[in-house]
Parts: sequence; structure tokens; C-alpha cells
Amino acid sequence: MTNIYEMEYNVDNRDFVVAGDVSRIIKRTLQRIGVDPKIIRRIAIASYEAEMNIAIHSQGGKISAKIDSDKVVVCTQDYGPGIEDIALAMTEGWSTASAEIREMGFGAGMGLPNMKKCSDVFEIESIVPQGTKIKMTFWL
Amino acid sequence: MSKHSVYLDEEKCNGCTTCLRHCPTEACRIRDGKAVIISDRCIDCGECIRVCPNGARKAVTDTVDILKKYKYKVAIPSPTLISQFKTEFSINRILSALKSIGFDEVQEMAYGAEILGEAIKYELRNANVQKPLISTACPAVVRMIQVRFPELVNNLMTLDLPMEITARIVRKRLTEVVHMKDEDIGIIFITPCAAKTTTIHHYISWDNSKSSVDAAIAISDIYPDILHRLKCIKEEELQHSTSRGLQWAQSGGESSFISDKQIISVDGIHNVIDVLDEIEGGRLPELDFFEGMSCIGGCVGGCFTVENAYIAKKRIYDRARENINSKNDITDEMIRYYYESGFLDRYEEIKPMPEKPIHKDFKKAIKMMDDISKVEKALPGINCGSCGSPNCKAFAEDVVRGFAKEEDCIFVMREAIKNLRNNMDLSDKSCWLWKE
Ligand SMILES: Nc1ncnc2c1ncn2[C@@H]1O[C@H](COP(=O)(O)OP(=O)(O)OP(=O)(O)O)[C@@H](O)[C@H]1O
Ligand code: SF4
Ligand code: SF4
Ligand SMILES: [Mg+2]
Repeated sequence: MTNIYEMEYNVDNRDFVVAGDVSRIIKRTLQRIGVDPKIIRRIAIASYEAEMNIAIHSQGGKISAKIDSDKVVVCTQDYGPGIEDIALAMTEGWSTASAEIREMGFGAGMGLPNMKKCSDVFEIESIVPQGTKIKMTFWL
Repeated sequence: MSKHSVYLDEEKCNGCTTCLRHCPTEACRIRDGKAVIISDRCIDCGECIRVCPNGARKAVTDTVDILKKYKYKVAIPSPTLISQFKTEFSINRILSALKSIGFDEVQEMAYGAEILGEAIKYELRNANVQKPLISTACPAVVRMIQVRFPELVNNLMTLDLPMEITARIVRKRLTEVVHMKDEDIGIIFITPCAAKTTTIHHYISWDNSKSSVDAAIAISDIYPDILHRLKCIKEEELQHSTSRGLQWAQSGGESSFISDKQIISVDGIHNVIDVLDEIEGGRLPELDFFEGMSCIGGCVGGCFTVENAYIAKKRIYDRARENINSKNDITDEMIRYYYESGFLDRYEEIKPMPEKPIHKDFKKAIKMMDDISKVEKALPGINCGSCGSPNCKAFAEDVVRGFAKEEDCIFVMREAIKNLRNNMDLSDKSCWLWKE
């Protein structure tokens, strides 16, 4: 039998008080299991960006992290509005963030490119207006 | 021997769980009615000492008796000591009172701080230094980084603490110029906290390498004696530092030496953790320097202080305002010489010390994490602490690792009793529970 640990958390839209908590919990769990700190750092950065994107750009969603003996897989899924042009969204510096969001220090358009950079395999699919799904794999 | 300064007075501890809920690293547990500390998690921040309502939390320090061990005794007072006294007493007066307790010499930590403060400027210009440069002034924060943020250990400043630098300068003079024997010299730090005491007795990386300081006496222990002597002491010229070194006692004091850079100074260990999290996550890329202090307000909030931290801060401010033009004998050449010769460098590297995972076998650890979340689901999630663990999640981990039993949770227990009762035929008079 292979040992797998999976956790899943909801991310609410525009709840900036708790935004960031899910990626912190994921980070802490990986620390307790004893994942290499270098890999934890990449996972923490990527899941933080994913969490923020759900909180800022979507109507809410969830994040899961699956820890296997050879990999960690972080998946996100949200309830819309979806991304029309994924290639454009993946471009460094491209953002639709409002002035108010930029005011808070987000909206540099670096989240998605960063997620791709930090993960070993990055998969994204999006249907307008249903929502966006992201799967990031990190080899251990 | 324990590698920590903080310990428990078993007689006084009544297992109230206060320390449990305040420890920032979840190092405390109550077992068999008494508090215990999980050693590899404790960062000696002294939070538990501060909050314990029974005075059961203590820290190992030296007493004035330690002076008898040495022929020549030097006191190095933390600038925090000065902040404990009203400004009507001059710094010279406070230092003279301290000296009269039985020291041959007094050298302020503030002096070393002024050298170090200037040297940080050179360090920030050094291209090999990883940004943000992280201050090592608070040993509790350093320890936190070693345990929880091992990826940031390379950002820690490689220059030593002001206390060590002052001690090194004194020791060098006494051995090389006055030709004293090293073992005859006793250098004693007057400390605001347990964390600094730990670095003296175990140096920062918790091994056997020797600190230049020999012992530490708590400010709170020596305070009454100084206070008593202040009124009638004959004042000597002992002050070599300026109000800039005094600033080191509070959060932001170290950073005040740096200009034209992106700096953040953070106090309070929970705030420090939050900001370190941001740094580790790469979300403060423009930052040049991070100063973090475990205590609220900085060392003025240390667990061995006697005065309220905000009042102590005000006094530092007032003293600084009165002495705007004070000067020290530290020249640019001196600082450059100290910096370039490596005199200010830490004797050895600080290494990451990630806390031990739940199991050393990775696959078993994954399985255990799964078990932990199953146990956790059956818990009420109100983090009451009655079980002796700091919160339900930590309790679930303790159960799976065999350090606690599920029945230690009063809610699990209540549920079990209820089920037992429901499953019993209450009309059965032979049941022992209902026997008259
Ligand atoms: N979950 C999502 N749902 C809908 N649109 C999204 C989602 N995630 C990203 N986007 C769109 O893609 C754009 C780029 O995202 P990215 O994370 O790279 O940058 P950003 O969030 O705008 O800024 P930053 O992440 O640097 O703060 C966003 O501005 C937004 O229009
Ligand atoms: S000194 Fe700090 S880290 Fe150590 S047990 Fe006390 S509160 Fe916890
Ligand atoms: S802030 Fe100062 S007094 Fe408090 S633990 Fe750190 S070094 Fe000690
Ligand atoms: Mg983003």
C-alpha cells in the first residue's frame, strides 16, 4: 500500500484577513512531514500565488495538496469567471487587477508565471464562465 | 545538560496551561499535571516566563557569587539596563553603582553596538551578502530562523553580537596590553533575557565553542542592588558610548544606523514569524535589511526587565534628546580595521536546525500525517488546552506519536461516557454504574 496524505481547504473570495492561511498550513504540514526545505519554499510560493489568485480574481474555490512518497501535487479549482486567454494571462506583467488591488501590493502580473517557474509540472485549464483549474506537481 | 536557559520550577507549576497557549513554537506541554518543554523546539524567547501566573517559569542565570571565580571582573551592561532607571540618574551614575557591586571595570554593550552599527553599512555594500541581510541581534529570532526558516539561514549576518564585540575588545586589551592571564578575567553580561544567556553558555549554534563572555546576570536580579547604591555612589567617568548605542535596547535601534536602504524592523515574535514568512516567500524582494526582535518593543521588553517596556522606551528617547551632541572615540579607520581584519566576525557559522519531522522515515511520516488528521477530525477544534497540548492539531500529533492518549481530551472522554451509557440497558440493576 502506498501512503498518501491529502488535504483540502476552501478559499473565499476577497477575504484578505485569512488569505494566505491555506498556503501557510500547507507549508507547515510539509515541514512536519520532513520535506526538503528548498522544495517546501517553492511549494509555499506557488500555493500562495494560487491562493491569492482565487481570492482576488475568482468567486472563491478550493486548494488541495496531495503528498506522495515521490511528489507533492497542489491543485486548485475555482467557481469562475474563468480566464479567456490563458497564454496572455501567463505572460509576465499582464494583469487585470483593479487599482484597489494594486494598492494592496498585488497585480504585478507575476503570479501565474511564478507558479509555473516554481513547479516541475504546471497544468492549467479554464472554461469561461465555469472556472479555472490548476495542477502543479513538485518532484521530491 | 539542557541546551536552554528556560526551565520549570516543578513545585510552583500547577499545570494551568497558560504557557502552553503562549509559546510561539508550541514547545510546551502539560504532562502529569506539570509543564514540560520539547527541547528542540524551544527558542528561549522567554514568553512563557512572562506569562506564567505562578512564577514557575524560570531561566538559568548566574548570581553575583560568580564574581568570586575571577581575579579581574568586568561587567558588560546591556543598554536595556540604563532604560530601567529614571533619567535623573546619569548614565555614569548608573554604571558607577553597577561597578561598586564588585566589578573592576564596566564596559557598555552600547559601545560594541556603535561599532557594529557602523560595520553593518560595510556589510550591506558587500556584494557577496545575500539580501535581505538579517540581523542576529536577537538570539531568539536567530533560533527561530534555524528551526522554522532554515532557507533563510544564509541571509543571517555573519558579524557577531554587540555584547561579544565589546567583550572581545576588553579581553584583547587585558591580555595583550595589560598582560593578564585569560583565565583570570571574568566578563559578565548584564542581560535583559534568557535568549542572550543561552548564547553565552552555548554560543549561538548551541555547541561547545566559547563565547567571549563568561557569565550572565539578569537585570532583574541586579536591579535592586544598583537602585540601592544610586543615591550615595561616588560618580566615575565610565560612559564611552553615545545615545546611538543606547538605541540598541529598542526595536529599530540597530536599523537607525543604516540610511538609504530598504529596512524593516519588527518586534514581537509573532510579528517576526509573519514577516519572515513573507521574506521566505520572496514577497519582499526590495528589502535590504531585516531587524527582528522577539520581545515587544525590543530588549526593553525582555523577560528580565523590571520596568514597563513603553516607559523604558520613553526614557531612552528622553536621554537621546538631552544628549544629541554626545561623541564617542570610535573613528572610521577603527571600524574599517575591525571590519576588514575579521575581528567582528562570528567565530562560527550558524547552521540550519530544522525541527525533527514527525518520523524520520518519510513514507511513515506521510502515513502518520494521515492518522493525525483522522484523530483531529474527532476533536472539537476549540483548542482549549485541557489535554495538555497547545491546540487540537498538536494534540492529534501527540496522540499519533504516542506522547498522549485520545482520552486525555475531555470531549472525547465525555463522548465515550455518553456512548457507554446509551449502550447500557439501564433497567439492568446488575450494572455496577447504577448500583445503589
Ligand atoms: N483564478 C483566476 N480566475 C480568473 N482570472 C484569473 C485567475 N488567476 C489569474 N487570473 C487572471 O490572470 C491575470 C494574471 O494573473 P497573475 O497571478 O499572473 O497576476 P496578478 O494576479 O494580476 O498579479 P500578481 O499575481 O503579480 O499579484 C490576472 O490579472 C487575472 O486577470
Ligand atoms: S522560552 Fe519561548 S519557545 Fe521556549 S518554551 Fe518558553 S515560550 Fe516556548
Ligand atoms: S528582543 Fe532582546 S530581550 Fe527579547 S529575546 Fe531578543 S535579545 Fe532578548
Ligand atoms: Mg496573482
